[in-house]
Amino acid sequence: MTIEKPKSFQEIILRLQNYWAAKGCAVLQPYDMEVGAGTFHPATTLRALGTKSWAAAYVQPSRRPTDGRYGENPNRLQHYYQYQVLIKPSPPDLQDLYLGSLEAIGIDMALHDIRFVEDDWESPTLGAWGLGWEVWCDGMEVSQFTYFQQVGGHDCHPVSGELTYGLERLAMYVLGVDHVMDMPFNDPDAPIALKYGDVFKQTEQEYARWNFDVANTEVLLRHFEEAEAECQAILDQEHIDPKTSKRIIMAHPAYDQCIKASHIFNLLDARGVISVTERQAYIGRVRSLAKKCADAFVLTEAGGYTA
Amino acid sequence: MPNLLIELFSEEIPARMQRRAAEDLKKLITNGMVDAGLTYAGAAAFSTPRRLTLAVEDVLSESPTVREERKGPRVDAPEKAIEGFLRGAGLSKDQLEVRDEKKGQVYFATIEKPGCPAADIIAEVLEHAIRNFPWPKSMRWGAGALRWVRPLHSIICVLSDDVDVTVVPVNIDGIESGNQTMGHRFMSSGAPIIVSGFDDYAATLKKEYVILDPEERAQMIWQDATNIAFASGLDVVEDAGLLVEVSGLVEWPVVLMGEIDQEFLELPPEVLQTSMREHQKFFSVRDPKSGKITRFITVANRETADQGATILAGNQKVLSARLADAKFFWENDLRVAQNDGLTAWTARLENVTFHNKLGSQKDRIDRIVDLAGDLSIATSADAGLAQQAAGIAKADLSSEMVYEFPELQGLMGRYYAEAAGVEQEVANACEQHWQPLGPSDGVPTEPVSATVALADKLDTLCGFWAIEEKPTGSKDPFALRRAALGIIRLVLENQIRLPLLKAALEHIARFANVENASSVAFDLLGFLHDRLKVYLRDRGIRHDVIDACVVMDGNDDIALLVKRAEALSEFLASEDGENLVQGFRRANNILTQAEEKDGVEYSFGADVKFAETDEERALFGALEKQGPKIDAAMQAEDFAAAMGAMAALRAPVDAFFEAVQVNSENEIVRRNRLNLLSQVRNTCARVADLGRIEAA
Repeated sequence: MTIEKPKSFQEIILRLQNYWAAKGCAVLQPYDMEVGAGTFHPATTLRALGTKSWAAAYVQPSRRPTDGRYGENPNRLQHYYQYQVLIKPSPPDLQDLYLGSLEAIGIDMALHDIRFVEDDWESPTLGAWGLGWEVWCDGMEVSQFTYFQQVGGHDCHPVSGELTYGLERLAMYVLGVDHVMDMPFNDPDAPIALKYGDVFKQTEQEYARWNFDVANTEVLLRHFEEAEAECQAILDQEHIDPKTSKRIIMAHPAYDQCIKASHIFNLLDARGVISVTERQAYIGRVRSLAKKCADAFVLTEAGGYTA
Repeated sequence: MPNLLIELFSEEIPARMQRRAAEDLKKLITNGMVDAGLTYAGAAAFSTPRRLTLAVEDVLSESPTVREERKGPRVDAPEKAIEGFLRGAGLSKDQLEVRDEKKGQVYFATIEKPGCPAADIIAEVLEHAIRNFPWPKSMRWGAGALRWVRPLHSIICVLSDDVDVTVVPVNIDGIESGNQTMGHRFMSSGAPIIVSGFDDYAATLKKEYVILDPEERAQMIWQDATNIAFASGLDVVEDAGLLVEVSGLVEWPVVLMGEIDQEFLELPPEVLQTSMREHQKFFSVRDPKSGKITRFITVANRETADQGATILAGNQKVLSARLADAKFFWENDLRVAQNDGLTAWTARLENVTFHNKLGSQKDRIDRIVDLAGDLSIATSADAGLAQQAAGIAKADLSSEMVYEFPELQGLMGRYYAEAAGVEQEVANACEQHWQPLGPSDGVPTEPVSATVALADKLDTLCGFWAIEEKPTGSKDPFALRRAALGIIRLVLENQIRLPLLKAALEHIARFANVENASSVAFDLLGFLHDRLKVYLRDRGIRHDVIDACVVMDGNDDIALLVKRAEALSEFLASEDGENLVQGFRRANNILTQAEEKDGVEYSFGADVKFAETDEERALFGALEKQGPKIDAAMQAEDFAAAMGAMAALRAPVDAFFEAVQVNSENEIVRRNRLNLLSQVRNTCARVADLGRIEAA
């Protein structure tokens, strides 16, 4: 079976969306906050907790301020896209499902060398870890494949299977492009054909400058403290809402503050104002927020709570 | 007798765990079988990325019946006791036997444990093995509770002989054993493989593109790699660890050789090699004429219609991206090194914590600089160069390349120091001061390198001793034993004469708030002595010989101490030496007893005029003659000569004990003889504490 090669970045995304939709995933939209990776989306972090079944797939714009290269580096970006799939409990044929997705985007299994190479995943900021692999296609890492064992300090029962595709890198490979900015974003034969660089070259420059040299570190430090305090304040509220008399635990709003703190930490890191020793302390503070949010989520209905 | 085949088929097992896991499977199953009475003729274990396999030959078809005889209570014992015995034996009273014993009639029970079919035993043993498998890290998956290294999919467990093939039924959390497996993930037909026994299993797997034996895969890879390189007049750089790893990543190895882009060939070969090995698991291919690494070898897990062209092109692309990073780091680092020298990098280490109680890396470097200055007298190094080297030796920790490839630390330091234009000895010290990294690693011999290496290790030991972070048992997180051994080898192999106690004491003063600096230093010296004992024991010097030397003055000068121990060891191996030690021991015993009895110490005043026999007079003469010789030799630290002079005492000491009765009736004569023996003891004690030498 040979599948026609995709012609653009967006076509690869669309094919993944269609593939996972056909496999029964809820195709969600990106989370509307700045995050470092698709894992931070509450559809992964929080939904991996508790006993309820879950199957979701989505694109997540991700920001890593330290990776900014002003759009010059062929492979590195401070803003990029991840494709994320989370299925709980992990189905027994998850590897085959995953390989099917590679075929769907035009990777011919008969010509390429796909390997599952040990890579244990750990997120110190989320208090999460899992075992799995990085998936190699002809020596290139195209995805991260993880069975979540713990999130926010909680053991995962059942275990979620998580797939993360680095979309730009994967697409560049499939499309045979050497520099990310040269990659066709939409159909190259469209009347207005746009390349990745047409969309993002300028923003990479703008953000790289801001991330590295301009972002006001005092303001950021204050925002970090505020997000931390707000997260705690939200979680300190009574479970019963005095207005509606309903049991409403605000795990998600609290988790938003945790995400915010995490991203601010990344910005501060890019500004070079965090020393090595402080680094660990900051990561510890974000982790402690993530844990508290996880503690709160498992007390909610979505987290498997039953009265 | 039937053969047993077990296969545990799972998702990809980490390469580094496969071989160990296959051995563990073999051990768990065969030990379990033998414990249950099920013996066998032979067993072999195999692994691929997706399976652990065990083949056991000639298994008993059932465990033998075991008879056990138990002695019970007497026939006239209380009924309760008899009931208890019956319960324990699982028998009724009429099944017991009554025998006449000395004390009367006693019940005996013969308990017969009937044999158990092999299948039952194996099922139990296999389940136990799977549930208790010693994976370094294991996980759960789906909604289950079972733990395995990655999801376990199927189990083969069959017993087969010439006639029958029987599946041993095992059901582990819903995974039922059977006689089926799968071939290569991509190359096989995809239909389940049905197996009847090991031979058939291995042969069918091969047809379905799986080479079961990791050894065979490794051999294939190495042979193909060397052939393919040879055909282009090139050599593959040997890397046994990588070979094992790569053979654990494929079921059907296909070796492909690719080019490294011209623009990267000027990178240091170690950088090329490390980047290719760590990131891509490529072998490096060297041009024997230029010595440069010019190509790579990758091992794919499949054959393709285009002979691997797509795979190779992909790998080449990835490598170029990786090396572009490495080149970027290399060029940036070189620019910094050439423009700012390495001191700017060292200064940046102020923000890098070495240990929270011992300050930053910069603090550490400052201490090492001072210490290197102190030590350079002992090491005959140029103090200025040694301090300069100490100041920049760890600068590469700040470089981008070392951040990316920590294992290149030291080596990059040398490259960058060379780029910064420092003296070659200083640049060499950047690389060599980390050495020796283990018992088989070389020891730096250039004075500047040796000085910084010594200062580095001594600083580490003093620091961790000062904050009481000493190694305990098997725990040595800061590799302090290795540092101590490093110091020992550095001073011995370079013959550096260094009183370590003084050096340590002065250096401990450089750490803040250390109480009891002198007891810390003494304790550290004790640790160094302990490591020295281990080191010398491996070199055939007995521990009591070392003990006899460790208690002597100057024991913190390791080179001196070892010189003494070696001379003593050699001396003891001679006939004179052995006998003299016996004589010494005899003299010492007599003296100790007399001193205890008389409550005095016989230490001086022996006078030849009270001597009654020729043997006494001869011993006086020998002591008078050899004493100054021993002293002179000791002064010159010529222990061999000192012991040679001491050996001349053997004959007169032997003759003395032969002919002379120490405990004379005449108290003056007795005291004189005791004082003479004390002179013998003191003379010997100048060389080593022979009292610590154990009798042969």
